[in-house]
Amino acid sequence: MTSLSPRPSRRSGALLLIALGLALNLAISLWMYRQAPGWLPVAASSAAPHVDGLFALETAIGTFLFLGCLEVILWAVLFQRADKYDLDNGAPIEGNWTLEIIWTLIPFVVVMAIAWHAIGVNSTLATLGGKERVTDSDQALEVAGAARLDAEQAVGPIQVIARQWSWEFIYPDGVRSAELHLPVNRAARFELISMDVLHGFYIPAFRLKQDLIPGSVIAYRLTPTRIGRYRLRDSMFSGGYFSSNQSLVVVESEEDYQAWLKQAAATPLSPSWNEADELYRRRIARGDRGWAVVPPAPPPLVNIGLDPASPHDA
Amino acid sequence: MTPSVPYDPRILRAPHPVPGAPDNWRRFFSFNTDAKVIGIQYIALALFYLLVGGLLAMIMRGELITPEADLVDPSVYNGLYTMHGTVMLFLFLFPILNGFNNLLIPPMIGAPDMAFPRLNALAFWLFPVFGALLMASFFLPGGPSSSGWWAYPPVSTQNPLGHFVNGQFVWILAVALSGISSILGAINFVTTIVRMRAPGMTWFRMPIFCWTAAAAQIIQLVGLPVLTGGAVMLLFDLSFGTSFFQPEGGGDPMLYQHFFWFYSHPAVYVMVLPVFGIFSELFPVYSRKPLFGYELVALASFGITLLSLIVWVHHMFYSGTPQWMRNLFMVTTMLIAVPTGIKVFAWIATLWRGKLRLSTPMLFCLGGLVNFIFAGITGIMLATVPVDIHVGNTYFVVGHFHYVIFNTITFGVFAAIYHWFPKFTGKMYYEGLGKLHFVLTFIGSTLNFLPMHWAGLMGMPRRVASYDPEFAGANVLASLGAFLLGVAMIPFLLNLVSSWARGPKAPPNPWHAIGLEWLLPSPPPVENFEDDIPTVLNRPYGYGLDRPLVADEERYIQRALEA
Repeated sequence: MTSLSPRPSRRSGALLLIALGLALNLAISLWMYRQAPGWLPVAASSAAPHVDGLFALETAIGTFLFLGCLEVILWAVLFQRADKYDLDNGAPIEGNWTLEIIWTLIPFVVVMAIAWHAIGVNSTLATLGGKERVTDSDQALEVAGAARLDAEQAVGPIQVIARQWSWEFIYPDGVRSAELHLPVNRAARFELISMDVLHGFYIPAFRLKQDLIPGSVIAYRLTPTRIGRYRLRDSMFSGGYFSSNQSLVVVESEEDYQAWLKQAAATPLSPSWNEADELYRRRIARGDRGWAVVPPAPPPLVNIGLDPASPHDA
Repeated sequence: MTPSVPYDPRILRAPHPVPGAPDNWRRFFSFNTDAKVIGIQYIALALFYLLVGGLLAMIMRGELITPEADLVDPSVYNGLYTMHGTVMLFLFLFPILNGFNNLLIPPMIGAPDMAFPRLNALAFWLFPVFGALLMASFFLPGGPSSSGWWAYPPVSTQNPLGHFVNGQFVWILAVALSGISSILGAINFVTTIVRMRAPGMTWFRMPIFCWTAAAAQIIQLVGLPVLTGGAVMLLFDLSFGTSFFQPEGGGDPMLYQHFFWFYSHPAVYVMVLPVFGIFSELFPVYSRKPLFGYELVALASFGITLLSLIVWVHHMFYSGTPQWMRNLFMVTTMLIAVPTGIKVFAWIATLWRGKLRLSTPMLFCLGGLVNFIFAGITGIMLATVPVDIHVGNTYFVVGHFHYVIFNTITFGVFAAIYHWFPKFTGKMYYEGLGKLHFVLTFIGSTLNFLPMHWAGLMGMPRRVASYDPEFAGANVLASLGAFLLGVAMIPFLLNLVSSWARGPKAPPNPWHAIGLEWLLPSPPPVENFEDDIPTVLNRPYGYGLDRPLVADEERYIQRALEA
């Protein structure tokens, strides 16, 4: 582009305006960086702060670029409009290779820097809690070997069994529950198993999500870091009563967790309350109206059932 | 005068494609081989399906305005959301963009018609067939397909009633027919662009819309066979007891996801590329400036085509994909920001120091551009593995892709409809109604799709018929926005119908635009320039450069005025 205007005084005015604009954008971007984690649920696992940090960083960079583009567009729209009967043309500029190379390189550098950083975060997350899809026996041995290493400290493996539409958690000592209880600040190991279709093991407060694939067992590990009651949601569409397939994750102190296990072991097995089951029975009672749906699997027989009235933090 | 055209000149001397084809409104209901008739057929039927898809969306938003599933049964909601997605993609966006390809490509490159006019008509007439099939599936005993537009097995092969002809079965047939129609169309568009350009129209003198159309249609040719293969296997699993994707028979449900996304992610670029073309055509006209950086903008289209074929695994970051693969596909996905960034910056630079005229098409382009920048930023967030693991399959994704598919692509489609309306109907539209349409659409779409990001960040999964009460605020706003979008269709349709029926007559070049199509009368004759095809001297968009687009430009302008 040629000079912004013929007179040097206007030119320095333009530079001042650009500098002011950039400073404003920077301030707003920093403010957004601080705000971003607040748009997410409470952070309750060791993975969450890493995810939140990356999200805040991307929010800040994104805000800066978005505002920069928006300001130039707004300036043009406000101050570079043609009058009603003005049929003249604008400045006949066909391009500028320097500028074009710069704006090819800037996005390239920005996204590669983000990607580099994100790959680092990925490795950190993998050490905090990996996941492995077990499809053959060699791999199974490998996973089992790795599991032995931290078997001392870690809880589990807890079997997570997903059905259309219920969650069931089976603890190593045989306790069965429809809600997931975990001790705080201790790694927990899981075996994710689906009995029918794809499901998603998604706990927003943990910032973790893993699909359950029928025909495979997935070894999974995570560490809760905050005492509270959190939602577990099915995140991969699983048919008819998909939205009812929710459960509760109760993160509690070591003592409370042990007490709960003991109490659960002493409670006789009974079918858990189950929303899909409830809705399906209501549907049948009303004459089975609606479109075709797979009948829900029987509610799991558990020591501790789900209480529909119990609240959750996030 | 013997035209020096790069294709067989006998095309020009051929008799009218279908002898005795009606010349009145009835031609739109016949097997007509005129690309301009086919274009309008596509656009009119696609707009009808936009209303159908919009109605489905409004019922869904009615259900989601409260946390409980109280308006419709959850099974009905699943069918509605599946059909909403299917209708909007396969019956609205793909067909309407093919409509623009038909209307615009031949006149823009100076060709009399498409390379294969009968194939073209066949490709169109498959559209009412698969459209009717999908609509008929609403009336099947078990209702339509309700496994989402991804149709992931095993949910899609569960077939609760056990009927051979079920919603999913009809859905796969319809999608396969749509694929065939798209492949026929793609062969035609690519051949026409490669072989039938006017004398002197080198690649770097071709309008950007044709560049993007070629880039998009090549994706169709490469990707669609893979999806069609996947769909055939799914049909066999569903109906004939095979187990390609059934774990109990040794199959793998993940395999389907690869087949599906290998095409269906690039499919987004098939839809967005022509809209990039529309932006590149319209910003110069309404800024009165040449397109900034024409060569790079043109080449970036093919950069997007190449990259689009190596990003599909980003839909499977939390599906058991190994770490190295997640990192690889994160990088390729992020690279898409480079060619799209080139285009975005070029459009902004085109606006700069222009003489902007904020008529309806320009407003839709500006709105679409701002929305697209936002969608690009959330797209980068989704490409980042750790963030995607949290927000993937939540309303954040729903918000992101509606910012692409509605707030960018459909905005571009509206802009194109207004911009080329005078050219192909011969009538001017009413500016006031157009601006009202824009204002309602912009407010409605922002209200509808912006709060979805927040719900997704808080952990609301997509595709749910009911949700926890903490998401109610965002959902009430989204529902109000959806209803407002329904209202916004009223001035739009009123404008189209009344302008075409009784609007003022349009001159050949009402916007003082530079391009071959504007050298033709409005509406253009059946074979465009017939055997007097102009020789192209320069690339388009030469606003303020005082250079002729074609040899003998004055004669063509005079001829169009006298027609």
